[in-house]
Amino acid sequence: MSYFIDRRLNGKNKSLVNRQRFMQRYKKHIKQAVSEAINKRSITDMERGEKISIPSQDTHEPIISHGQGGQQHRIYPGNKQFDAGDRIDKPKGGGGGSGSGKAGNSGEGEDEFSFYISKEEFLNYIFEDLALPNMVKKSLSTQDEFETKHAGFVTEGTANNLSIVRSMRNAHARRIALSAGKKRKLKSLLLEQRELESNPDGFKNQARLLAISEEISILRSRIKKVPYLDTFDLRYRSQVKYPVPSSKAVMFCLMDVSGSMTQDVKEIAKRFYILLYLFLQKSYDKIELVFIRHHTSAKEVTEEEFFYSRETGGTIVSSALKLMHEIVQDRYSASEWNIYAAQASDGDNWDDDSPRCSTLLSQKILPEVQYFSYIEITPQDHQALWHAYKALETEWPNEFAMAQIREPKDIYTVFRELFAKQTKGSLKGERA
Amino acid sequence: MSYISTDSEWTFELLEAYDKEIKRIAESFKLDTYPNQIEVISAEQMMDAYASVGMPLGYHHWSYGKHFLTTQKNYQRGAMGLAYEIVINSSPCIAYLMEENTLPMQALVIAHACYGHNSFFKGNYLFKTWTDASAIVDYLVFSRAYIKKCEERHGIEDVEKVLDSCHALMNYGVDRYKRPKPISAEEEAHRQEERENILQQQVNDLWRTIPKGHEEEAEKMQLNFPSEPQENILYFIEKNAPLLKPWQREIIRIVRKMAQYFYPQRQTQVMNEGWATFWHYTLLHTLYDEGLVNEGFMLEFLTSHTNVVAQPAFDSPNYNGINPYALGFNMFQDIKRICQDPSQEDKEWFPDIAGSDWLETLHFAMKNFKDESFIQQYLSPKLIRDFKLFSLYDDEDSPKYLIDAIHNEKGYRMIRDKLSQQYDLSYREPNIQVWSVDLRGDRSLTLRHTMQSNIPLSDDSTEVIKHLHSLWGFDIHLETYSNGEKVKDQSCPNNKTDDEE
Repeated sequence: MSYFIDRRLNGKNKSLVNRQRFMQRYKKHIKQAVSEAINKRSITDMERGEKISIPSQDTHEPIISHGQGGQQHRIYPGNKQFDAGDRIDKPKGGGGGSGSGKAGNSGEGEDEFSFYISKEEFLNYIFEDLALPNMVKKSLSTQDEFETKHAGFVTEGTANNLSIVRSMRNAHARRIALSAGKKRKLKSLLLEQRELESNPDGFKNQARLLAISEEISILRSRIKKVPYLDTFDLRYRSQVKYPVPSSKAVMFCLMDVSGSMTQDVKEIAKRFYILLYLFLQKSYDKIELVFIRHHTSAKEVTEEEFFYSRETGGTIVSSALKLMHEIVQDRYSASEWNIYAAQASDGDNWDDDSPRCSTLLSQKILPEVQYFSYIEITPQDHQALWHAYKALETEWPNEFAMAQIREPKDIYTVFRELFAKQTKGSLKGERA
Repeated sequence: MSYISTDSEWTFELLEAYDKEIKRIAESFKLDTYPNQIEVISAEQMMDAYASVGMPLGYHHWSYGKHFLTTQKNYQRGAMGLAYEIVINSSPCIAYLMEENTLPMQALVIAHACYGHNSFFKGNYLFKTWTDASAIVDYLVFSRAYIKKCEERHGIEDVEKVLDSCHALMNYGVDRYKRPKPISAEEEAHRQEERENILQQQVNDLWRTIPKGHEEEAEKMQLNFPSEPQENILYFIEKNAPLLKPWQREIIRIVRKMAQYFYPQRQTQVMNEGWATFWHYTLLHTLYDEGLVNEGFMLEFLTSHTNVVAQPAFDSPNYNGINPYALGFNMFQDIKRICQDPSQEDKEWFPDIAGSDWLETLHFAMKNFKDESFIQQYLSPKLIRDFKLFSLYDDEDSPKYLIDAIHNEKGYRMIRDKLSQQYDLSYREPNIQVWSVDLRGDRSLTLRHTMQSNIPLSDDSTEVIKHLHSLWGFDIHLETYSNGEKVKDQSCPNNKTDDEE
């Protein structure tokens, strides 16, 4: 007996658990690969999967087997010119004396075990470092906010979507359709009745009159039975959800590139910008990035230059703020754009420049922007700039946030306010 | 008669029609099979089945995830086609058909798996002796549930550690000579708890530190433990490792049982694939002879059959060892030829089968041999010539290889010997046995590796000893002997320098 079973509809992800076990086991490797990928990718290019490679040696499952060496016979097919007693040179590269690396025997030669992770997994690995709350992780990696739009009327829905006008109009139409014929007949019967009554002679008329009045009463009761409002008259407003990145935003990345900023520090900074970018991407249709780097003077540059070229010299932070303000004035009017800014620095600044920065921020920049975040990436004590900024934090609690960062996981604190707002569902003071 | 189908799209009705005809013909060839359970699955599901070594369900382990990722990557990259079928040695015999296959392919797979492999599982003595087809699926269910329970109680990490170690030693968890009792899941679950307690007591007894009355006698008794070398390392550990918890012993047992289940398959690859290939070839040809399928069907079938039984030469870039499908298929075809139309040479080499009833001879061969003995018994000079086999002698100490036999009169026997040896597990796998336990000293476990032809162990052995150490809990020594002399000594933890001082 043979039985045929169609299993195609059964789940296809039987291996999911095993896959996760594998990922768990090689988490360190994967994280390493992800963080290398982050450094290679542009900020705007975080939403795709990644190929992960792990040295095969690390994923190898050891078993006891024969190594090479000793005296071995092997049988091969396809002899062409050999005869018994022939001697052939051993191939070189098998490692001199001990090597007997016969080509056919070595099997697989891949040095790396590689596989692909999905976009979600990739983001999750980024987020893990950043110690994001779950709610935020979710809102960043899944499709975000929806706007409900009207899409006509439908026959089914919830009571709160009931369209009274439509429903009543339907009811009216139905009442007309169901009772018009009867009413017409009733009208003609009533006319006949009146005629007969005005002329009440003869037995024949009496009988007819009786019949008519009976028919009239039947018709009336039938008309009365047509319901005023029936369930199928009801119409509901149809609401369709559209994902809404709401409008345009511009993100300013400001960074100190003076000699004291090492590549490590820049990499932490990059994660900081990535996080802000991912956040903005969920909320806005169109995002423009402006990169401003500065030492003693500020300059607008490409992303490539921003992260990877080095400059030396002193540090005047206000130069960057000034440039940002100019660019805003020039290209991104606050009535049209949602302006976000992220500034990273190791805290160095000319002493007399810090108060100037704070004034610039509070008078010119903060009134214009949605959010200004500042991170100081230094394990040391705070410097002048920090103290100058500190006052702003209380003055602009919704627009300004700052933090000192030693590791990537500290970054989130800077955005706490921002994400709290988003998870509440609305961006305060948003401009269209 | 008219064709069963002329189209290449399959439907369940057509599959059933083909199955009915193939079954009828298979029975006329006396193929005795378990009932078939044929499951149609998608490519994704096939990848899942692949990753779990074809088992319909198994416990969770990262290494299966690794297999899955490899398969998935290769498949998506197009580097690898999926096998057309997977078949499981169980009763009913479960065969997977992939939905992407065309109708002729499905028919081929039905003939190959559901009648070829299936009858091999049911008939071959190794499978009969070592596996219990009716219980395996239940046992898998039991083991999966048990390991899941362990994970809940003791944490995934700890369970994984034991499994890793067991997997490393899986090939040494097999009884080669002693016939195991058939496993029954119900009984297994029933007895498992009981066993836990008793086992633990016995182990404790072995390691008892309270002095016995007759010191001398006790000492003598314990001097040689185990009294004879043990080849089943996992079994030895399960029963005797001093520090293992009962659940850890049970996990070892589960891995052992799985190893035992796969043990016949590892020894009959050539025969099993050869048998199945021979039968899909014969059955589908009979369909054609009876006029049930047309030329289009046969062309498609032959294309794929030819690919399966191709044997690239040793110097071809496609060469990847001797193709078991090619060797097995040709050997069975050759036996049939020897029976039906023996040459003078065949009559000299195979006087017992030349001219005999081919079907009976084939069934006899299928039932009573494994790869090693099958080749030793039936590889004919003609086939050696057809395959142009030659033997290469590789001596570590010589700068050159020596061709010591080719496909000629002088070489046939030697080639047959050496090829048969290549399939002999006791040659293929290093000979390692549990030698002794230092019961009264540091409790260290000593294994002895007896070298064959001076072939050393691969570098993996260092890692494997570490796994062994984590199971045993005390020092492990692996001594390598060649011709009765100790040539190498490995230990874990590695305290070689201490020894030398």
